[in-house]
Amino acid sequence: MSVDTQFETVIGLEVHAQLLSESKAFAPVSNRFGSAPNTNVTPLCLGHPGTLPVPNENLIRYAVKLGLATHCKIARKSIFARKNYFYPDMPKGYQISQFETPICYEGYMDIETEERGERRIGITRIHMEEDAGKSIHDQDPHNSLIDLNRAGTPLLEIVSEPDLRSPEEAGAYMRKIWQMVRYLGVCDGNMEEGSLRCDANVSIRPVGQKEFGTRTEIKNLNSFRNVERAIAYEVERQKEVLLSGGSIIQQTILWDPVEMKTRQMRSKEEAHDYRYFPEPDIPPVIVTDEMMEEIRLEIPELPEERKKRYVESFSLSMDDAEMLTEDRPFSEFFEALLEQGARAKPAANLINTEIRRILNERGGTIAGFPVDAKRLAGLIQLREKDAISSSAMQQILEAMLDSEKDAEALAGELNLMQVSDSGSLEPMVEQVLAENQDEVKRYLQGKVGLIGFFVGQIMKKSKGQAHPAKVKELVEKKIQDYA
Amino acid sequence: MNQESFIRIRAELIAGKKTLPDIVSAYISRIESVNKDINAVTQLHGKEALEQAERIQKKLESGTAGPLAGLVIGIKEVLCQKGYPATCGSRMLADYEAVYDATVIERLTEQDAVIIGRLNMDEFAMGSSNENSYHGAVKNPHNLSKVPGGSSGGSAAAVASGMCMASLGTDTGGSIRQPAAYSGVVGLKPSYGLVSRYGLIAYASSFDSIGPLTHNVDDAALILKTIAGHDERDATSSSLPVPDYPELLKNLEPGIRVGIPEEYFENGLDTEIRENTLRIAAELEKNGAELIPITLPHMKYAIATYYILATAEASSNLARFDGIRYGHRADIKKVRVDLKNEENELKEQLRNQPGGEEQIKEEMARMDSPMIRLYKQSRTEGFGMEVKRRILLGTYVLSAGYYDAYYGKAQRIRRLITDDFKNAFSKVDVILSPTTPTTAFDLGSQVNDPLQMYLNDIYTISANLSGICSINVPVGKHSADQMPYGLQIMADAFHEQKLFNAAKLVENVVNGD
Repeated sequence: MSVDTQFETVIGLEVHAQLLSESKAFAPVSNRFGSAPNTNVTPLCLGHPGTLPVPNENLIRYAVKLGLATHCKIARKSIFARKNYFYPDMPKGYQISQFETPICYEGYMDIETEERGERRIGITRIHMEEDAGKSIHDQDPHNSLIDLNRAGTPLLEIVSEPDLRSPEEAGAYMRKIWQMVRYLGVCDGNMEEGSLRCDANVSIRPVGQKEFGTRTEIKNLNSFRNVERAIAYEVERQKEVLLSGGSIIQQTILWDPVEMKTRQMRSKEEAHDYRYFPEPDIPPVIVTDEMMEEIRLEIPELPEERKKRYVESFSLSMDDAEMLTEDRPFSEFFEALLEQGARAKPAANLINTEIRRILNERGGTIAGFPVDAKRLAGLIQLREKDAISSSAMQQILEAMLDSEKDAEALAGELNLMQVSDSGSLEPMVEQVLAENQDEVKRYLQGKVGLIGFFVGQIMKKSKGQAHPAKVKELVEKKIQDYA
Repeated sequence: MNQESFIRIRAELIAGKKTLPDIVSAYISRIESVNKDINAVTQLHGKEALEQAERIQKKLESGTAGPLAGLVIGIKEVLCQKGYPATCGSRMLADYEAVYDATVIERLTEQDAVIIGRLNMDEFAMGSSNENSYHGAVKNPHNLSKVPGGSSGGSAAAVASGMCMASLGTDTGGSIRQPAAYSGVVGLKPSYGLVSRYGLIAYASSFDSIGPLTHNVDDAALILKTIAGHDERDATSSSLPVPDYPELLKNLEPGIRVGIPEEYFENGLDTEIRENTLRIAAELEKNGAELIPITLPHMKYAIATYYILATAEASSNLARFDGIRYGHRADIKKVRVDLKNEENELKEQLRNQPGGEEQIKEEMARMDSPMIRLYKQSRTEGFGMEVKRRILLGTYVLSAGYYDAYYGKAQRIRRLITDDFKNAFSKVDVILSPTTPTTAFDLGSQVNDPLQMYLNDIYTISANLSGICSINVPVGKHSADQMPYGLQIMADAFHEQKLFNAAKLVENVVNGD
């Protein structure tokens, strides 16, 4: 290998999605984030003797749903397996997972990046498992603390083929998974809280080489940015090692987002022998034709189809449609505006500009936006009727955030209704023309650009409420009286 | 010995000839006088049992008592009973108090059974002699120098010695039927999935069954009817409706097809047991049964298969006993000191050698963390020999590189054994055999020979591998040692009514009815 060797990056992701489920994977207990430590627990989550896991039906239905949406084959019969290891946050001494027979397998997801265009990424498998508890090592100087609230939380693990070729592709794939689980309603996609996280298997090989290089596994990446940064860092590290004549050691590494570098967690020699075997406490999971069809019907319109529909039926631009469909709640909000009678284009504009700006400034989610669809549709319609100006629209929207009133009432209160009837405008026009004889003369001599001056004067007089186009029309008509 | 059956006592209670508090008091006195020799009862709940008795007596008088009113029952310590130690015969759980009731406990108490106490057992239900117990060995009431069998030795001995009318035991490879045979009582292993395992401290999850030990077949049928049936807390529990076994037993069907498996009458079987078993079969034939020779060709692999699969499951099931949240925990201070000493020793040894510093670093990296050492020390102190042996065996057969050769192969043989039974039950209603090859052996005689000990389960173990139901019916005492032995009946899974029917036919033959 020489300094000039060109490398190809090979990445596979294992994404963990915590299910949006009221109860744990194998026990009827709540599964809320943010509860006091060790309160969402039962004898089962604590690993008390004699307790038995009973699978949550949602876990199975959500797995099938995600599998169908990602073009996977669905195993009609799959089994749970035990993954055995000792750790204090794993109270049973084993994790219930799936090993030889995942419930979904051989699917794919299409992604797109600027550098490599559209690509199809294989999904090896999606399997069901339970989460471990949380070990906290940095809050007590002498002890590690354990919170078992998360123990037994239902998870889906989505394993990709090693088809990703760059950190950007890995990021794009992760975003697609995020989008998909949110559309399907199987996971809230909240990466900060750890509802969605991933491990990345990374290796490099000289371009043209068939065999994969030795891979390392980066654990627990919990933001799109960290996925991309950690992989980019690891790829560079591997290049340096290879170019300096070293070899890559198969190992598990951690990404430190503060130091912006990776560090070793354990090497292959220390790798666990998990001694997987079929979970004897849970019978095989059977997915019937009937269940498959039922779940298929529950799958909502997915982002790609939806984007296409927005462009074709509403003549939205590709960018607008993309922005609206990227995250399901935005497109839900858009559709709610349409239902309330707003036209698609102005509705899309309002969401993609003003509403996004307000959310950025004020924080919060689109689903919790303080102005409901009905009032916003009213605002859009007011603007569509030309009853308010576009800047008035912004002002009214701001006012609506702290008010229960509808757009028309606020426009009235704030004196933002545009004046466009000739009866009220004509006296103002006549007055301005009379007061500016010089300009009238120059206009009539051909300086037609002065029209802006007249309109401006009238707008000022009307305190901005005059309808500019209407004013312009009246000025053009009335000025002829001086010819 | 007090051999009174529940059914008879219940009739007397209902007729007002006896009262339940008197009966319970008599059992308490019995326990107080004989248990010190037999060591079957580990916890006597005398006060609570008397309170229960008073309460249920009132119900009996007002005619509102449940179907098990009058039953005085003991519970194997492997079953969780809220607020009471569930020691499982182990130092590991010596101070562990159950935090909830097992489903079977709930069902028994709902039907007005009185629980009189908790019963000794082999540690974590592993053993065939009840010598592997933190509470000490249980003695056979028929001869205190003999074992009662295991692992439900306490359950068998307590019933045999009249310390309770019935007991619950668990059967993973024969742990109800073998001690029932050695102690001369009826012992039922129901079909896998018929009785909820919720609250049963697991040994081998795909084998464990809970069942009653009683004085007669009718009592077993009545208790099974109460504890059987679907439980949403156990995903392996069956949803099939539970037949009314006692009702069905009122009309015995003598014209049954009885399979006689050649493999159960071969070498190693005591001659007298063999002959008496065949004599009883002949009596059944005389009364209308048809005897059909059958073969169960994979039976010879049953013990090996069992000790691979059951120990594999055990190695995982017992992983939770780590001393972190509950159970025995080694002295952490001592663990730290020991580690420090080992470190110092290491440094001392290597310091002056060439490359010593490097070596010290390497060795130190290889040493356990205090956490790992705490696990190891807690488990070393908490578990007994046999439990450790099975955890090691199970861990080994699941290890990378060995899985296919052991666990995978054993799984396939398990299927073949199940198919053997399927074939057999297409031709016969029940299968009849001895329960054990011999009578109870002397205390201590097999402690150092685990393989010999494992052979005790040779006739019982395949019922657990295939999930079918099976029962021991006592058939008399051996002329050589005056020790009891039994006859085993097996029926297809969820065909307990056939099992009870045949068992009662045998019981009638034995009683000369």
